[in-house]
Parts: sequence; structure tokens; C-alpha cells
Amino acid sequence: MRTVSVVTARLVGSLIDLNHPGHYVHWGFIQMSAANLVLIGLMVVVFVGAVLIPFRRHGGGDR
Amino acid sequence: MSIDTGTPVGAPTQPPDGVAADLPEDAGQWTAKLRRSAVTSLPPERLMPDRQPAYVASWIYVFGVLTVSALAVVIATGTVLAIMGPTWWHVSTTGLFVNSLHLWSVEVFFFTMIVHLWGKFFMAAWRGRRRATWITGVVSFVVSVGAAFTGYLSQQNFDSQWISTQAKDGINSTGAGAIFNVTNFGQMLMWHIVLLPLVVVVLVGVHVLLVRLRGVVPPFAPAEEHRTNPAGPSDGAESDSGGVSGADPVVVAGNGTSNGHVSTGHAPGREPA
Repeated sequence: MRTVSVVTARLVGSLIDLNHPGHYVHWGFIQMSAANLVLIGLMVVVFVGAVLIPFRRHGGGDR
Repeated sequence: MSIDTGTPVGAPTQPPDGVAADLPEDAGQWTAKLRRSAVTSLPPERLMPDRQPAYVASWIYVFGVLTVSALAVVIATGTVLAIMGPTWWHVSTTGLFVNSLHLWSVEVFFFTMIVHLWGKFFMAAWRGRRRATWITGVVSFVVSVGAAFTGYLSQQNFDSQWISTQAKDGINSTGAGAIFNVTNFGQMLMWHIVLLPLVVVVLVGVHVLLVRLRGVVPPFAPAEEHRTNPAGPSDGAESDSGGVSGADPVVVAGNGTSNGHVSTGHAPGREPA
């Protein structure tokens, strides 16, 4: 069980290697970590999806 | 001591001994006034309704309750951390897990809160006497940032040292450093686990009560229908897309709650003045 955990952790770790200084992006005086930029992008995607994806109604009709 | 005099079934009965009756001579007491005011403003069917207006059937309306759910997990995991203490959350496997739950529930809390904020901003959710709802939401967001900030200062690791030493200059430049010292771990921990969570929970509670009191903000009326039929149909018709239609947008802006509620015929509505 412990071996499986170790192997799983190493596999995941090899996909996303966090053992280095963070990546940053710069626009003039604006500096932001790549992680935060990805998170903001995800929020935009979720927001657009929440607006556009139809909400399934239970039973339909009057609600 | 009351005696059973054979009161017919269904007839009004006296309250049992020790239970306050709604007697006329007590009507002036502050407890009676407060009770009447609370029940009038928020009757149980409004406080916990079974149905919502049709336009609430949209994913964008889900993020408010997701935020409250995440806050519940934040508070629950934070309570466990406070009970068990730093040695437990730094060393034991279970402690590390609960500590991670606390962090990631905060991440979910902010993620859903910001999507909720964007949604409400583009709906102009302060319409229809909902200014206080909007303001309590915004202030909750700002206080939550402070709560998260003091949480990062309370990690007891190099990250918290870095954040505190970076933040002190900014805080000191405002003059607030005299009473809010970000390098004082004990003070930051107290702000994080007592003062700010209390403020956030109270504000969110008031925010939710205001949502129940004023109703959920309806979407804007479709512009296309307004152009083709400026007068609109008679009353409260809704489009298939869930949007409120058939009313002048200005009227909808000030009277939106009634549109949705009248059309559903179930959800309790209040006519904003």
C-alpha cells in the first residue's frame, strides 16, 4: 500500500514539478505568478460556462 | 395549574404553564416587538422557501450557495485545527490533511465567491432595494481577504515569514502598523481565528437574510423584445430562457422580485417600494 502511494506521488510529481522557484509573468509594473494567472483564467472559463450552459430543471414546467 | 374543561378539538388553546402568551398587555415589551418584527419580515416560508423564481434555474445562481458551503468547511476545519493545536497540524498525518482541507476550502471559497461577485455585478444585483445585500457582500469579500491574509501569516513557516516581512512595509506606510503588526504572530493568529472569522460569519449571515428578505435579483429584460414591443404584455410573462420579459427594463430594475414570483405563483414575494 505504501509502495503504491509512493509511486503515485512520484508520478503526479513528475507531471507537475513544483521543486523550483515559481514562474512569473510581467507586464510593465504588473507582476503575477503563472499559477494565479491560470486560476484567473479558470474563473473566467467557469463564469462563462455558468452563464451559457443550460441548467437542468427538475420536472420541468412550473418552478 | 390549568384544568381540562373539555375544549373542542381545533379551538384555540391556552399555552402551557411557563410559556409566554401573546397577551395584549405584553405587546409593548421589546421582546414582543422584536418577535413581531422578525416574524413579519421573515416568516418561515420566506426564510426557507420551497420554490424559487424560474430565472433562478441558471448555473450562475449556484455560486452563492457554493461560497457559503465552502465557508462552512473553512469554519469546521478551522475549529478542528484550533482544538488540536499547531503541533498536531504540523506533524501528524491527520493534522496535515485537515490543515490542507482548511487551505483548499479557502481556495474554493474565494474561487466561487469571485464568480458569484462577477455574476452579481453584471446583473446589477443592487437593483430593487438590494443595495444592502450588495454592500454586505462586498464588505464580506474585503474582510475575507483580511482573514485569508492573517491565515497565511499564521502558517509558522518560511512562507509566512516572507509574507509578513514583505507586508510590513506596506502596512506601516498606511500608519496601521502601530496597532496591526504583521510580524506579531500572536496578534495575527488572534485576528485570524477570532475577530475576522466572527465578522465574516456575521456579515455572510446578514447577507443571506437580506437575500431572503429582498428576493433573488431577476435578470434584465431582453432588449430585443423591448424594441419590438415597448409596452410589453400585460403582466409577469417570462421568456423560455428564464429571463424576465414583458416589462419595461426600468420597471424591472425597481420591481424585479414581483415579476418572477407572480409568474411562478408559489414563491413568496415582496413588493419593493
